[in-house]
Amino acid sequence: MNPALKLIAQRLALGALLLLAVSALIFAGTQILPGDVAQSILGQSATPESLANLREELGLNEPALTRYFDWLGGILVGDLGTALTSGADISEAVGKRLSATLFLASVAAVISIPLAILLGLVAVRYKDRWPDKLISASTLASISLPEFFIGYLLIVFFAVNLGWFPSLARINDGMSFFAKLEAVFLPALTLTLVVLAHMMRMTRAAILNVMQSAYIETAELKGLGSFKIIARHAFPNAIAPIINVVMLNMAYLVVGVVVVEVIFNYPGMGQYLVDHVSKRDVPVVQACGLIFAAIYIGLNLVADVVSILTNPRLRHPK
Amino acid sequence: MSDELKYLARMAAAGRLNRRAFMGRAGALGVSAGLAGTMLSSAVYAQGAVKGGTIRVGIQGGSSTDSLDPALATNATAAMLNKLWGECLVELNADGGLDLRVAEEYSSSPNAQTWTFRIRDGITFHNGQPLTAEDVLATMERHAGEDSQSGALGLLQGIDSMRAEGRDFIIELGSPNADLPYLMSDYHLTIQPNGGKDDPANPIGSGPYVLKEHEAGVRTVFEKNADFWDADLGNAETIELLVINDDTARVAALQSGQVHMANRVPPRVASLVGRAPNLTVHSEPSAGHYVFIMHANTAPFDNKDLRLALKYAINREEMVEKILFGNGSVGNDTPINAAYPLFEAMEQRTYDPEKAAFHFRESGHEGSILLRTSDNSFPGAPDASQLFQQSAAAAGITLDIRREPNDGYWSEVWNNQPFCTSYWGGRPTQDMMYSTAYLSTADWNDTRFFNEQFDQLLVAARGELNQDTRRQMYADMGTIVSEEGGLICPMFNNYIDATSDEVAGWGPSKGFDLMNYMAPMKMWVVG
Repeated sequence: MNPALKLIAQRLALGALLLLAVSALIFAGTQILPGDVAQSILGQSATPESLANLREELGLNEPALTRYFDWLGGILVGDLGTALTSGADISEAVGKRLSATLFLASVAAVISIPLAILLGLVAVRYKDRWPDKLISASTLASISLPEFFIGYLLIVFFAVNLGWFPSLARINDGMSFFAKLEAVFLPALTLTLVVLAHMMRMTRAAILNVMQSAYIETAELKGLGSFKIIARHAFPNAIAPIINVVMLNMAYLVVGVVVVEVIFNYPGMGQYLVDHVSKRDVPVVQACGLIFAAIYIGLNLVADVVSILTNPRLRHPK
Repeated sequence: MSDELKYLARMAAAGRLNRRAFMGRAGALGVSAGLAGTMLSSAVYAQGAVKGGTIRVGIQGGSSTDSLDPALATNATAAMLNKLWGECLVELNADGGLDLRVAEEYSSSPNAQTWTFRIRDGITFHNGQPLTAEDVLATMERHAGEDSQSGALGLLQGIDSMRAEGRDFIIELGSPNADLPYLMSDYHLTIQPNGGKDDPANPIGSGPYVLKEHEAGVRTVFEKNADFWDADLGNAETIELLVINDDTARVAALQSGQVHMANRVPPRVASLVGRAPNLTVHSEPSAGHYVFIMHANTAPFDNKDLRLALKYAINREEMVEKILFGNGSVGNDTPINAAYPLFEAMEQRTYDPEKAAFHFRESGHEGSILLRTSDNSFPGAPDASQLFQQSAAAAGITLDIRREPNDGYWSEVWNNQPFCTSYWGGRPTQDMMYSTAYLSTADWNDTRFFNEQFDQLLVAARGELNQDTRRQMYADMGTIVSEEGGLICPMFNNYIDATSDEVAGWGPSKGFDLMNYMAPMKMWVVG
């Protein structure tokens, strides 16, 4: 068997195992949240009778282990269950929210990843000169500002003062692709500003590291142009660390955007999860937790696999 | 007032002068911005309602966990939805009285124990089915039933039996209650076909709007119900509700013109929002109040002197000024204010460190007192707790503040811990407010207030049909709660809503914010 394939298979198996462990953790975690789902659903308007009625109906009196295996069994056949609070089918609701989140994440990724890598390459090319310093200073400044602040600034300028883009990122099924793109422009821009610096700095550092190597010197002595050296000789050898940080940031774009969703009132997964945590809607919290974990693990797997495939030493071990 | 100003207001209302220009000209004539704004809105009102168009509402208080079952409505969005697609027997009006909706008249036996509601003829549900007294009966049965999870279950507990006779729906009470019709205005008690027993979360009602699209906690779209029985109610052709829970996002949506109205403008930005040329802020007195609650049966709060010490140790004016930014009024340690019918003012308790110190000594209590608070117990609760800590310190009383997480506050702290911050929304009548939280047997007796004399007065007042006697009884109850109770009520909060000048028709109301949640249907798009 090809050793690279074997490595990849190992990674996949490990990922699945990790996911199983995470499912147990998620389940245990949701059991120790303070408060009670029936109380949270009824809020201040709960009476002892209505509480008892609701608890009975929600099956909260079953032992935890039984509920864990019921839940796990359901997930294996693609059934995420129904929300305790609204009685809605979770798979359906999550599907809608997840596609919204993925849409926003993809728009942000499509803008930020090429931009970050390009800026990283430019920074290396003009190392320690003004373009490098300008790029580093501005991206580091934008990552240093909290994302809600960036979001509010963009709203004030582009939505309230100039009126170019909507302050509410509302998307629904009836909208055309370009209308959706316009709606999510400001949150995507916010996310871009938040993740740009990390990827750009990593690209710069990884390539600079490679630039110390003997073969770069050889390329220079051959008389190649400096940008060509960076793009053709240094970048391919720096891909592994870059892809790792890119995947980490993509995972963040999917699972860490709740603040941006709240500011732009975007109907994504984060907002959906927070609503259900505050209502102790355990099945939904568990489903969202598992999906987030799967995305996180999945993206890291991709990073691992790409690192393996781009590294000749791992591809052809002695 | 000059004729020129009136002329200008008419011009502006007719759209021949924009609002900014009008405000500028009015300012030049020496009229304050507030007065000019009022003149403009009354001139717009005089033009009459305009039918058609789309009204978009940004609303706080909605979640993706919300069900469409009216029985389970707990927040502003759910209540507004109920009122758009459904209707109750009666509706609270701006004078604190009741407007007839599904009921065309109601009457009681002389002892206020048997109530008869005559159901309006010719009302149909959105599915074309006629609305009958049987549907009303089924609705009330569902909410009052033993396995009910309805938010209105507590209200309906005094009912002995109910029946439908022809067009009449009849309620027999176990004991007299002169306020029973008010209970029927509760937004949970939306009339559904067969009471919603078959499909509780199906939004088929008899309301002025038909629900077209709905995504819980995100967006709901309504269209005018062409068959609605009352041609006066409902102006816009389409109403779109957008749930925007973030304060800043809601205000920005209003400023950038994405919504026409928004509720719960934060007090600290209300005056800034009002300065925007295209927006009007409506700060309306309400019966809602922000409170500190002590369990009157738990040490050390079981000591009347200690309770009085804390009541004298709070600076109410300072709270109204610094927590509400002036958008409210001082409380008097009762849950009742002038928003209620039959309200009788009593002597105002004021901040008095000496009296507080005296009562604190009398109580014999040593050491500090633990106050629990959280951000969501009311807006600014941690700040208010600190103000309380400082004003109490001047009287020699040490308050320790513990900040609890928002999460789980209502299940773990409120109604569990002996001293914490909380809030109450108002109720339509004094009886409902007192029965909900101050009667010894009340489920939410969050001050653990057990007073026989108070209970007797409360029950007696329900059967008292002489308004003057009743007024006196409520005044006596207020005195008892203020003297003996565990409630420290420093302030009544205003509802702060804002509307853009693309809509008109704002008017006074009682009940909840956004004109008792009816602003979307009562206001109209300016031509």
